[in-house]
Amino acid sequence: MLNELLNFTCKQLRDKIAGGSVKSVDATGAVLDQIEKLDPDIGAYISTCREQALETARSIDKKIANGEPVGALAGVPIAVKDNMCTSFGATTCASKILQNFKSPYDAYVIDKLTGADAVIVGKCNMDEFAMGSSTENSGIQQTANPWDITRVPGGSSGGSTAAVAARMCFGALGSDTGGSIRQPASFCGVVGLKPTYGRVSRFGLVAYGSSLDQIGPVTRDVADSALLLNVISGRDERDSTCVSKDIAGDCDYLAEIDKPVDGLRIGIVSEFNKGADADVQKAIVAAIDVYKQLGAEIIEIEMPHFEYAIAAYYVIATAEASSNLARYDGVHFGHRTSAPKDYVEVYSKSRAEGFGSEVKRRIMLGTFVLSSGYYDAYYLRALKVRNLIRGDFTNAFAKTDCIMMPVSPTTAFKKGEKTADPLQMYLADVYTIAANLAGIPGISIPCGFDASDLPIGLQILSDVFTEDKLLRIARMFEAKTDFHTKTPTVIA
Amino acid sequence: MSDLTYKVIVGLEIHVQLKTNTKIFCGCELAFGAEPNTHVCPVCIGMPGVMPVMNKKAYEYSVLAALALNCNIPAFTKWDRKSYYYPDLPKNYQISQYDLPMSENGFIDIPIEGGETKRIRIIRAHLEEDAGKNTHTLGNFSAIDLNRTGTPLLEIVTEPDLSSGTEVRALAIELQRIVRYIGVSHADMQKGHMRFEPNVNLHITKDGKVYETPISEIKNLNSFRALERSVNYEVRRQLDDFMESGRTMEMGNKKTFGWDDVNERTVLQREKEEAHDYRYFPEPDLVPIEIDDDWLTEIRSRLCELPLEKQKRFVDEYKLSDYDAGVITAEKSTADLFDDAVKAGGTPKRICNLLTQVGGKLANEAGCSIAELGLDAESLAKLAKMVDSSEISATASMTIFEEMVKTQKDPEAIAKEKNLIQSSDSGEIEAMVDEVIAANQKAVDEVTAGGKKSKKAMGFLLGQVMQKSKGQANPKIISEILNEKFPQD
Ligand SMILES: [Zn+2]
Repeated sequence: MLNELLNFTCKQLRDKIAGGSVKSVDATGAVLDQIEKLDPDIGAYISTCREQALETARSIDKKIANGEPVGALAGVPIAVKDNMCTSFGATTCASKILQNFKSPYDAYVIDKLTGADAVIVGKCNMDEFAMGSSTENSGIQQTANPWDITRVPGGSSGGSTAAVAARMCFGALGSDTGGSIRQPASFCGVVGLKPTYGRVSRFGLVAYGSSLDQIGPVTRDVADSALLLNVISGRDERDSTCVSKDIAGDCDYLAEIDKPVDGLRIGIVSEFNKGADADVQKAIVAAIDVYKQLGAEIIEIEMPHFEYAIAAYYVIATAEASSNLARYDGVHFGHRTSAPKDYVEVYSKSRAEGFGSEVKRRIMLGTFVLSSGYYDAYYLRALKVRNLIRGDFTNAFAKTDCIMMPVSPTTAFKKGEKTADPLQMYLADVYTIAANLAGIPGISIPCGFDASDLPIGLQILSDVFTEDKLLRIARMFEAKTDFHTKTPTVIA
Repeated sequence: MSDLTYKVIVGLEIHVQLKTNTKIFCGCELAFGAEPNTHVCPVCIGMPGVMPVMNKKAYEYSVLAALALNCNIPAFTKWDRKSYYYPDLPKNYQISQYDLPMSENGFIDIPIEGGETKRIRIIRAHLEEDAGKNTHTLGNFSAIDLNRTGTPLLEIVTEPDLSSGTEVRALAIELQRIVRYIGVSHADMQKGHMRFEPNVNLHITKDGKVYETPISEIKNLNSFRALERSVNYEVRRQLDDFMESGRTMEMGNKKTFGWDDVNERTVLQREKEEAHDYRYFPEPDLVPIEIDDDWLTEIRSRLCELPLEKQKRFVDEYKLSDYDAGVITAEKSTADLFDDAVKAGGTPKRICNLLTQVGGKLANEAGCSIAELGLDAESLAKLAKMVDSSEISATASMTIFEEMVKTQKDPEAIAKEKNLIQSSDSGEIEAMVDEVIAANQKAVDEVTAGGKKSKKAMGFLLGQVMQKSKGQANPKIISEILNEKFPQD
């Protein structure tokens, strides 16, 4: 039987805890019990921090009992992807090379969560260094999809989305470099938001593709997404690419979440469904119909450079990754090979032993595209494509409020189904990647199920720094449908 | 071989540490000689998840230096990552500037023979972070000290416009003066604040044909002496090598050498320089820098008169010798003290002598700069005026200078206290002159005989009078009386 506390959303739970009708320690205990019960099968968590979580919960309960003011996530159990540095426990990035790495500091988002009185319960599995779309590239463990444990949860934030879907936390943070929040959110039937690049500080997020990485919330509904974004966004002096409030707009995303967008104009790319499974196509068309019924205008738009997004992405992301991951060399921290014969072997063997094959593949790819003689043909050209894609979006948002399309061409696939063919795996990122290249926000919300009862996600993209509008648009759909209330089989 | 001539071609790559309080991308304090790894934080040791934040002061210092080197400052510059694996570089990439440096196309004028200057063009100057230090004192292990990691470095690249070891040294000294004048670097060579890498080769003309020898890069020189000698050594070595093997640039790659200070020779480090591929690409964790006119104007306003300009002015305006002007402008504070004292009415030559001679000696003993001796320009000018008006002797002025440094007292008070005011009472002096004349017949004969010996004998008599007066008679008046008594034609 599911502990009924676990059915609350973050917002409902927070209000109950702050109001004194529910104790955080009970909600936290329920989450920890659920993890104990389900995680052996799901594998969402790399580590949990039971004692610390309960202690935090008790201290928040005490604050409330004393009538002290509490934060926006008071007592709410939250999970974070294991690429966000925490001064407690390990920060592994699901890599053997960092398996025993203890960060001396907390990431900005961790500070924000604890500052809002959230209870951090554990750190979630992921594709190693966030490289992958199925969480199968984890160097630590495998994660199952709560809707069908023979299937992948998506990735790379598959641990975070599986944990939220299986009620093993009330909300979670993921990171999205090419779809790593949105795609697993769609596979797991939860809401995943990738904010505008620069909206949330990356300080303490272990870098994969620095110009693309962005932290965002994974939640069970859109209101919770707004609530978590309220908590984690804001200016951080330690991240120079984090945009100051006067540019980014400083708003309470939750305040007007239920206010529909008047005269909503939805951009649709012609043949946007091309390549998607029939069930996915059907669900997206049906979702857009819901908006039509709400009075939205559908506008066909051109995205002439969209088809080059995957190629550009795999050049830029891997180039940055090859540089970002150079520091894992066995010299200063992380795994070091035993008995190297010289310092070159410290590098080569530590890295050969510590990194998984997908990470090695991307490091090699990135090293290659930055090499002298190839830079112009690959990296420089990819940057040009990136600018063209930005231009496509700018043109599109001149006449629309948002663009809608699938998140992924398929629903959750079977474990091992695509691992033999990395290129097939890369191509599945077709719908999500462009948003990262352009730096715009995007959200995945549950919009239906396929014939096997696997969730399908609707992707909504909007212009930079318009998350307030994006969340309201998403909420309009959620208010008219009940896909987000369905529970995965593993819970029932 | 009598028809062989050659030209020396040298370009320099120079790293200057900027003297900001904190590192370039984190808040760690800059500290030389501290316990290893005590001035580090997650950012400068490149821990997972950290991000750099630019130290604005470091950027301003580099712009100021670039302005002093007559460089253009582009309105838009960016950061790039330069990748290479080395244990003292924790991220295994260095944040630097590649294709859009913060400054370019400048020049530095360096003093050469006979008060002339030579203009050396500067290709570019850019800002970057320093690496740490590896030490190999632990047997099978290497130790790494990351205190220096992230120190702001200005890298300056010159055109190969230098043509001798002497010129290279002159440039180094001039650059040191400049960065100290504008206050952007301690420029202490011994502490590695300035590091030089000359690229040397020769253009040899033999039998009417020009041959270029392979370029040698000499790494990491941090003394003026080593810099000059290594270039001179390399010139000889390349000449010998060419005579022996006829090797030219086309036949050999650029070689990297170290400098063996003990044996005074360059030592080959890498025979065949593998083409380094640093895989530069734009640093995604930092935003590009746009320098607006107001900011640039504000930085420009911090520029002061540069040392060579000052040196020239002291020669032109104050009639100092080029040598004296060079000595007095070696440090800005000394030059300023000198300038102020002259403006307060002292004669330039007198003040210069006081400062460079007795001042230099005292500063040396105290291990400080001349200005740090604590003299003010007014008192210094007063002291100089006392000598010029023969109130005190030049010798007495030295004693008074020392006493002023010790006690900060007024020079006149010291002179009185120490009984150093010269007597100008001509009656009293004349009596002494007469006594001396009576007692030194031989000298008097020589004076009256005239000719070569006369001048010397006159000096002797003057000395005798001075002695008699215990140094307090005004030599000018003694001279006048002596001249009256022995009129010269
Ligand atoms: Zn630091």
